[in-house]
Amino acid sequence: MTLVVDGICKQFGRFPALNNISLEVRDGEFLTLLGPSGSGKTTLLRVLAGLDKPDRGGVYLDSVDFLKLSARERRVGLVFQQYALFRHMTVAKNIAFGLDVRPARTRPSRDAIKARVGELLTLARIDGLGARYPAQLSGGQRQRVAVARALAFEPQLLLLDEPFGALDTKVRKELRGELRRIHDETGVTTILVTHDQEEAMALADRVVLMNRGRIEQVGTPHELDDEPATPFVFEFLGECNRLPCEVANGVARFEGFAAPVIGGGQGAGRGQALFRPADTCLDGGLTGDGLPVRVVQIEGRGAIRTLECLALSGQRLSAELPEHLAIRFEVGQRVRLTAKRVMVEPRRESDAEAHEDAKPALSRAV
Amino acid sequence: MNATVARRPINGPLPLALLVLALVWIMMVIGAPLATVLVQAFAKGVGPFLDAFKEPDALAAIRLTLIVAAITVPLNAVFGLAAAWSIAKFNLKGKSLLLAVIDLPLSMSPVVSGLVWVLLFGASGWFAPWLAASGVKIVFALPGIVLGTVLVTLPLVARELIPLMTAQGADEELAAATLGAGGWATFFKITLPNVRWALLHGVLLCNARAMGEFGAVSVLSGHIRGLTETLPLHVEAVYNEYDFVGAFACASMLAGLAVVTLVAKTILERADRMAAEQGSAA
Repeated sequence: MTLVVDGICKQFGRFPALNNISLEVRDGEFLTLLGPSGSGKTTLLRVLAGLDKPDRGGVYLDSVDFLKLSARERRVGLVFQQYALFRHMTVAKNIAFGLDVRPARTRPSRDAIKARVGELLTLARIDGLGARYPAQLSGGQRQRVAVARALAFEPQLLLLDEPFGALDTKVRKELRGELRRIHDETGVTTILVTHDQEEAMALADRVVLMNRGRIEQVGTPHELDDEPATPFVFEFLGECNRLPCEVANGVARFEGFAAPVIGGGQGAGRGQALFRPADTCLDGGLTGDGLPVRVVQIEGRGAIRTLECLALSGQRLSAELPEHLAIRFEVGQRVRLTAKRVMVEPRRESDAEAHEDAKPALSRAV
Repeated sequence: MNATVARRPINGPLPLALLVLALVWIMMVIGAPLATVLVQAFAKGVGPFLDAFKEPDALAAIRLTLIVAAITVPLNAVFGLAAAWSIAKFNLKGKSLLLAVIDLPLSMSPVVSGLVWVLLFGASGWFAPWLAASGVKIVFALPGIVLGTVLVTLPLVARELIPLMTAQGADEELAAATLGAGGWATFFKITLPNVRWALLHGVLLCNARAMGEFGAVSVLSGHIRGLTETLPLHVEAVYNEYDFVGAFACASMLAGLAVVTLVAKTILERADRMAAEQGSAA
């Protein structure tokens, strides 16, 4: 059961919510759609569920044209951020809903529905809550009911829209594990939307990282971490230091040192380098490579310490060092900073213009 | 939705004075007149009180009032549901305009609500030639009375439903659709049960107003005894003929309707609160 998304476009007024999205979701896969708000991930989910119609493009499930089917015909289980449980029905009635509303011909017998509800209560680990009403449950329990309800009618796809967004951190982590277990036990192809990169990376077989209605990269969490396709991916997935640089032949040159560009880097010229605090090294020796900086703050306890540094240019940079290295430095010390590997954002024309615009304005003011 | 309001015990002279003032005011403007109605109605004993309802004209007025309510209430219940549904569940263009129009009858004198129909369907109204040709009678007949009452009571159901349905949003309906429910199943299994208490509440208010409406009906009825007089008009007519027992007996019936409405409203509000506790924030 392969889901193919082919060139989906969707505009809201003049705002392109989805811009030529193509994607293949494999049978039984756990996929996360990750991106900042406004990146189009929820719109894509709603298109798959049949709640929104795209302007162009196609969606096919095993060569069935999904766009020709209404939401009710698609057999897609959808879990909402705010649960959307039926408030006047018990938990058991909620879970049974997808089976209860089937036409008499295809509706299972009352006993079969009851048995199925029992199975799902067990699967979602909410046995004994069947007679309760949604308002009598905690947020975490409500979301378990919502997942059970979405699975009861054996959907071809399970879609979840920021399902843990309304929950506190502890419950969120616990439910995350439960969701992965439920996915592995049922084998249902699952697509989850989130803006939380940690959640996306922890849960997914593959992550689809979206930005401004486009897909930036599709890959396993490992691939996204190791081979980010664009500076956006690199920046979205973790903290970054920024330094201007000069690129040539896959090497970024800085004041005092050079570092390899991730993925080789195309083209040459000036750019903005991004690198992780964890890929940042400090050296207290008097001579050698490195940008001269001063340590201004040391934070954290335990195995990893964060050293905040200030360059002569006024640029703040941070370095994460293991404890045994971090203790060699103290606040106020002059050190040399290098990076193991960097991502380079080519300098955009608009940036250059902005700088040149700023200068005459300043001189006029003076 | 059910945030508890902090209440202070009454102490000190100012709160006490305000409380006494409020109670005295209520007694004066509501309690005393209501009592007068009953006293006057029974002034000559139970016999004459009951006789007032044996009058053929009084019976006709009661029947007409019930017919008007029986037509008006379902019409406005359906309209209220449709309006609230389209306003709350869809991104409708001109939503605020529709809301304002729905509220209009509340801020308009009922006499105006009656007059507009006279202007449209009266002897010199816009549709007069067409009505004369087809022989349909609207003004000074049942259709006119119903039209006036419908206009006056139009906002009552809709206004009960709009805030509730807006707060509930459309997620449950969308969830039902993805679970395979069709439009009607979604309406009867999800939308309607979620607003049932508010709907009943609105219907109750609408019914009370429909039975008690005077101004609009007065303009449209033509005051034909035994034919186009509703109960409130009958009260006025009988009173003007110095039949005080008859007038106040019928008036006490209308007052009784108000009390029944009030009790039913209280019961519904309690049921509603329990439903809210059961289903809040689901």
